[in-house]
Amino acid sequence: MIAETGLCALWLAASLALAQLVLGLLSLVPERATYRVMIPRVAIAQALLASLAFACLLAVFVTSDMSVLLVAANSHSAKPMIYKIAGTWGNHEGSMLLWVTILALAGASIALFERRLREDTRAATLAAQAAIAIGFYAFLLIASNPFARIAGVSDGQGLNPLLQDPGLAFHPPTLYAGYVGMSAAFSFAVGALLTRDVGPAFARAMRPWILGAWIFLTIGITAGSYWAYYTLGWGGWWFWDPVENASLMPWLAATALLHSVTVLANRDALRAWTIMLSVLAFSMSMVGTFLVRSGILTSVHSFAVDPERGIFILALLAIYIVGALTLFGLRIGSVSEGKRFDIASREAALVANNLLLCIVLVVVMAGTLYPLFLEALAGTKISVGAPYFNTVAGPVAIILLVLLAAGPLLRWRRDDPRQLLDRLAMPVLVAAATVLALVLLGGDIGALPMLGLVTAALVIAASLAPLWKRNLRRTPLFTWGMVVAHVGCGVSLAGMASDSAFTQENLVAMAPGETRDIGPFRVTLEGLREVPGPNYVALEAVLSSRRGDEAPEEMLPQLRQFSDPPMQTTQAAIKTYWNGQLYLVLGDQSEGGRWVVRMWWKPFVTLIWLGGAMIAFGGGLSLLGRVRRKQPARAAHLPPLAAPAPGPVGQPA
Amino acid sequence: MRRLLMALVALLLATPLGAQDLAEVSLPDPRQEAEAVALMDTIRCVVCQGQPISGSNAGLAADMRRIIRERIAAGETPEQVRAWLVERYGDWVSLQPRASTTTAPLWLLPLLALAGGAWIASRRLRRRAR
Amino acid sequence: MKRPVLIWLPALFGLLLCGLFYAGLRNPDDHIIPSTLVGKPLPEFDTPAALPGRGGVASADFTDGKPRLLNVFASWCVPCVQEVGVLARLRERGVDITGIAIHDSTTEVADFLARNGDPYGAIGLDNEGRTQVAFGSTGVPETFVIDGTGRILYQHIGVVTDADIPKLLDLMREGR
Repeated sequence: MIAETGLCALWLAASLALAQLVLGLLSLVPERATYRVMIPRVAIAQALLASLAFACLLAVFVTSDMSVLLVAANSHSAKPMIYKIAGTWGNHEGSMLLWVTILALAGASIALFERRLREDTRAATLAAQAAIAIGFYAFLLIASNPFARIAGVSDGQGLNPLLQDPGLAFHPPTLYAGYVGMSAAFSFAVGALLTRDVGPAFARAMRPWILGAWIFLTIGITAGSYWAYYTLGWGGWWFWDPVENASLMPWLAATALLHSVTVLANRDALRAWTIMLSVLAFSMSMVGTFLVRSGILTSVHSFAVDPERGIFILALLAIYIVGALTLFGLRIGSVSEGKRFDIASREAALVANNLLLCIVLVVVMAGTLYPLFLEALAGTKISVGAPYFNTVAGPVAIILLVLLAAGPLLRWRRDDPRQLLDRLAMPVLVAAATVLALVLLGGDIGALPMLGLVTAALVIAASLAPLWKRNLRRTPLFTWGMVVAHVGCGVSLAGMASDSAFTQENLVAMAPGETRDIGPFRVTLEGLREVPGPNYVALEAVLSSRRGDEAPEEMLPQLRQFSDPPMQTTQAAIKTYWNGQLYLVLGDQSEGGRWVVRMWWKPFVTLIWLGGAMIAFGGGLSLLGRVRRKQPARAAHLPPLAAPAPGPVGQPA
Repeated sequence: MRRLLMALVALLLATPLGAQDLAEVSLPDPRQEAEAVALMDTIRCVVCQGQPISGSNAGLAADMRRIIRERIAAGETPEQVRAWLVERYGDWVSLQPRASTTTAPLWLLPLLALAGGAWIASRRLRRRAR
Repeated sequence: MKRPVLIWLPALFGLLLCGLFYAGLRNPDDHIIPSTLVGKPLPEFDTPAALPGRGGVASADFTDGKPRLLNVFASWCVPCVQEVGVLARLRERGVDITGIAIHDSTTEVADFLARNGDPYGAIGLDNEGRTQVAFGSTGVPETFVIDGTGRILYQHIGVVTDADIPKLLDLMREGR
């Protein structure tokens, strides 16, 4: 009964989305402008119905209703409750339902809270949002009904053990929220193109959505990276795998968009480019969904793939992207260019930022898709992996980060380059000190990691500079946000460079009682034991690690044997210290009865994810600052351009 | 006598330290080990979902790790070992694309994008600066 | 201000991308990595005998002017059970089949052959996958056709079925 209610709600939501689209388009005709009143209500009702459908699916998963095909295929009654809940979106149909539910909720919040836009632009935006939703409703209802029934199943097939992790409860929904947030930015762009309303007001309306989506993408990528790091059991945190790249591409586009929309909102420049980037960011989200769901590229992280359904997503992708880009081509000629700026200005720095981010995007995209292209065209099989991405995107990213150090120290519109050098003196000194320290410490660490560490020091020092000699309590929240996010970039880079420069690895075979060294640690295998888990049996190694004269720490890596479905996974034992992580993995028994233990000492590796969290937190501060600042600005009826720019040295140029 | 025999058998069965399974265990020379691991990071596991053999639990990946460590220990350079593997499995097995006319777009596309982007940006800048 | 060509470039690029994805979906990756040694002399290898009383297998054995099938199998490989019957029919038609057992043991191989029949001449034991990697093979079962001069003529990936017999016989004739 619950399943049928869900299906019914889904159909109703789909028809409301259709109504929302038709009403929205009709209301663009001046005589029918009164239709606009209805649209927000329809959008809210649609969101309620979609949420009901999702709640129904959640309910059948929680109660392990094995008469529902999806539950039978992906769940198991003996599974812990958190994975029953998370299992709702750990499969294709459920994740698509989650997608469309978040999309509908985003539409409803535009309808409820968005008051800054012109009314016709808002109606057009909601129509665009509905157009996207219809595609996904159709996809669910026609090609992947999550509520289909099945008879005669006693218990389910279970969830892939690799997915039975708290990460699943967290990682996909955040990424989806990010993707869907990008769809809001896309809808704003399409709406503004339809009503020819591209300007600062539109940019300010769009900005919180971009910020929100970008925060979610950042969290999603950071969390996903850490999840892979501790789950896959080989100490790697980024593999340049197609699915990872699929989440990185929208992030790169969103980061560029975030910066260009700031230029548009503050200086009324980069109009066409910002529109282009919103379309690009959403396109990348769709490409990401397509790559992950269609299984067109093989990946460690792809689960529940289905090429048949890939065609459907591809059709949606084609309609939205080509449709939006055609609209762009038709309308962008009538969008004027906006205000002028000098080459030495914050605007120019942000243009360079956008350019370099796009280059990194091109590199990631080329590396991900070129093997596919070559195979389709010439039948040649090649692989493009970490060596390509690191050597090509790495240097571009370093230049980008050096620019990131300088950019916030520039004034809007025009600045004196000599003054910039003055402002950069301190950070450059810090970077020079880092070089000296690294050389003195006897660093034979390779050119790229060295460059990374020095750049990280430069970025962190320079990002703090805008706060220099400033009343910290009167510094606006969004300036704090920028500072925290930029420092986060430096911190993350420091972690990456440190990991590749200083990580020590020792792969050993040990008999109980034996001791091996890794970095500053002595690790002893005390013994092995069997440990029952909720739905697996684990073989656990009892290891004790001792650093210098400190008390020994017990480390318990496991090999887990699951029965539904039958599969073996490794559970690494990770101990975090202030200056790094000790990472121990139990392998198989080797000849002679010894046990393989893989040991890594990774100095400062945690900075990678700490930096990611800081970037997201900085985004959150900015978002809070924007939302809080909105009210007085509106009350005073300030003309858009009088909004004070967040200048680096306190006063507007 | 019997005890002595048992001890002898045990001694024979125990793997000597020098004969540890190189698929899973580091080489004694850290420099060679670093070379071997760096190579393994760029060799694609032929039965997996796109992982390098340095991060795969598959049996064939372990076999390849063993071969790589042995060849590096015997004095071959990483590029010689890579060539040996590519001779058998084709370019697919190397995650580091070989520079050739077929793979040229991988490097040319970003350069082209940089040039195009810089061109558009500079035109706009100059126009604006006037 | 209008630069029509430039403005339509993104839309064109979007279309191309969709076309590429469509082509990729229509031709899904078969996950088959063929050996690039086909057409070349077989690699140097030497494996000990899998069964006592029967010879091991080395590359030198293949240059005596007789074409042979080299079958890579394992006692733990489920589809291999099905394939052994087909290989037996090939043997009845005079084909010389050499086996290489991967990650296996003498007792397991003996047991496997006792249960499913024994179409092999010599059987080598490759416990560390060396011969498999040397041939550029990616799994079990796989079958190589090797001509009388020791050149690899053909690689068959997966189970050999009765439908493959004529093709394999043709290749054997060619390899003489």
